[in-house]
Amino acid sequence: MTAIAIEDLNVWFGSPGHRSYAVKDVSFKVEDGESFGLVGESGSGKSTILRAMAGLVPTWSGRMIVAGETLGKTRSKSFYRKVQMVFQDPYASLHPRHTVDQVLSEAMRLHGVENVDQRIVNLLNDVGLGTGFRFRYPHQMSGGQRQRVAIARALAPEPSILLLDEPTSALDVSVQAEILNLLVDLRAEHRLTYLMVSHDLGVVGHLCGRIAVMQEGRFVETLGVNEMRKLQAKADYTKHLLESSINSVR
Amino acid sequence: MRGISFTLGKERLGIVGESGSGKSMTGRAALRLIRPPGMIEADRLEMHGEDILHAPEKRMRQLRGGRVSMIMQDPKFSLNPVMTVGQQMVEALHAHGKYSRNEARQRALAMLDEVAIRDPERVYGLYPHEVSGGMGQRIMIAMMLLPNPEILIADEPTSALDVSVQLQVLDIMDKLVRERGMGLIFISHDLNLVAKFCDRIVIMYAGRIVETCAAGELKNAKHPYTVGLLNSVPDLENPRERLEVLKRDPAWIETPSVSARV
Repeated sequence: MTAIAIEDLNVWFGSPGHRSYAVKDVSFKVEDGESFGLVGESGSGKSTILRAMAGLVPTWSGRMIVAGETLGKTRSKSFYRKVQMVFQDPYASLHPRHTVDQVLSEAMRLHGVENVDQRIVNLLNDVGLGTGFRFRYPHQMSGGQRQRVAIARALAPEPSILLLDEPTSALDVSVQAEILNLLVDLRAEHRLTYLMVSHDLGVVGHLCGRIAVMQEGRFVETLGVNEMRKLQAKADYTKHLLESSINSVR
Repeated sequence: MRGISFTLGKERLGIVGESGSGKSMTGRAALRLIRPPGMIEADRLEMHGEDILHAPEKRMRQLRGGRVSMIMQDPKFSLNPVMTVGQQMVEALHAHGKYSRNEARQRALAMLDEVAIRDPERVYGLYPHEVSGGMGQRIMIAMMLLPNPEILIADEPTSALDVSVQLQVLDIMDKLVRERGMGLIFISHDLNLVAKFCDRIVIMYAGRIVETCAAGELKNAKHPYTVGLLNSVPDLENPRERLEVLKRDPAWIETPSVSARV
């Protein structure tokens, strides 16, 4: 089954007459259980696609079918339960005055999950934190631990699709490795579909099976991870991007 | 930081470590830019034989920006938002020497040209919010190099930039540092980037130097922390099923710093 189907998506900002298009005529499909990556420079519109899907940007046109629901101006409650998002900055995405317990139970209460107490324990174990973190505040945790909480919060309503917006770019490489491993495990365990945005080709290559390269709001190329590893890109821009990321590593 | 020793000649010295390892503090301490309650203690802190540890604040202000320049991570926060690029470049120049208005302008324009900014005249009159991140960082580099410093401290100069722009900025910095025979301290969390760009590498953990080596020798690094960092980076060409996770040994914190003096 197709988890995500996007057709001719356009997203714009600004007033009529001064519209600037952040995403132009983008179409793609993601199958159930697949992991799809979006890469590109800052300003290429990759995060905007995720935000439009999550309902955070109202100014879009085109067709989006996500988790079996055709998206319009409003979305059903079950949509928000099935589709969850993890944001880039773990320092900004958690409420500073809520404990981990409050963050997770609020997410569950909103979606009518039963047995909250036991679920929180399970979730914390799932993301490798353990129950010792249950009553901590965000400032009592490191960046990696906060990102684990943010992932636990996203998993709280038992979604089938996770939208990951640069989930590791604010973290150190050593912590990034832990979070990436966690994401790989969770996907296998919960049979999740990932749509991930990153500017780091190494990270996307590690987590995703198919990758779309974006430039100035358009898809330049979609390629499989194996083609990318063998550096078999067709478009010049992809080649340039691959080259610079290989170069910066060597 | 605890018990760190290093020397810098006309070379490119890379300092790597995770956040909180004390790498930025090392760069700041070299300019005595640590705010209370932070304190600096050292047996020796010298620049060309001049004692920095006890120099008066007035002398320090001459040194900072004049003989030693510092480039920060994010151009968005280090450029003055209400001054044009030209105004702040000229200001930097006037702070460290006497120049006529025209001369200062000419030097600023020439410097912008040197950092590969295509239309210096136009960029000179722009405000920081009107330029891109990559261009902002190049302007920062131009501004910092204007008073002709002998030492450049670059604190994560490219972390806020896209990969494709990153290389361009690094190339420019590399070229200028080489041509002027400057000493460079390059602070970064990216081990591979530093290995490619620097001559010598210092690896820091919990305020200590755990290992130091020539950049080409990084592959043969022995300290488990360095090896762990190297292996935790996802590699596009050689994928691994699982990324290696760093196992921190409490003994690393106990071990005294390795000296990075030559």
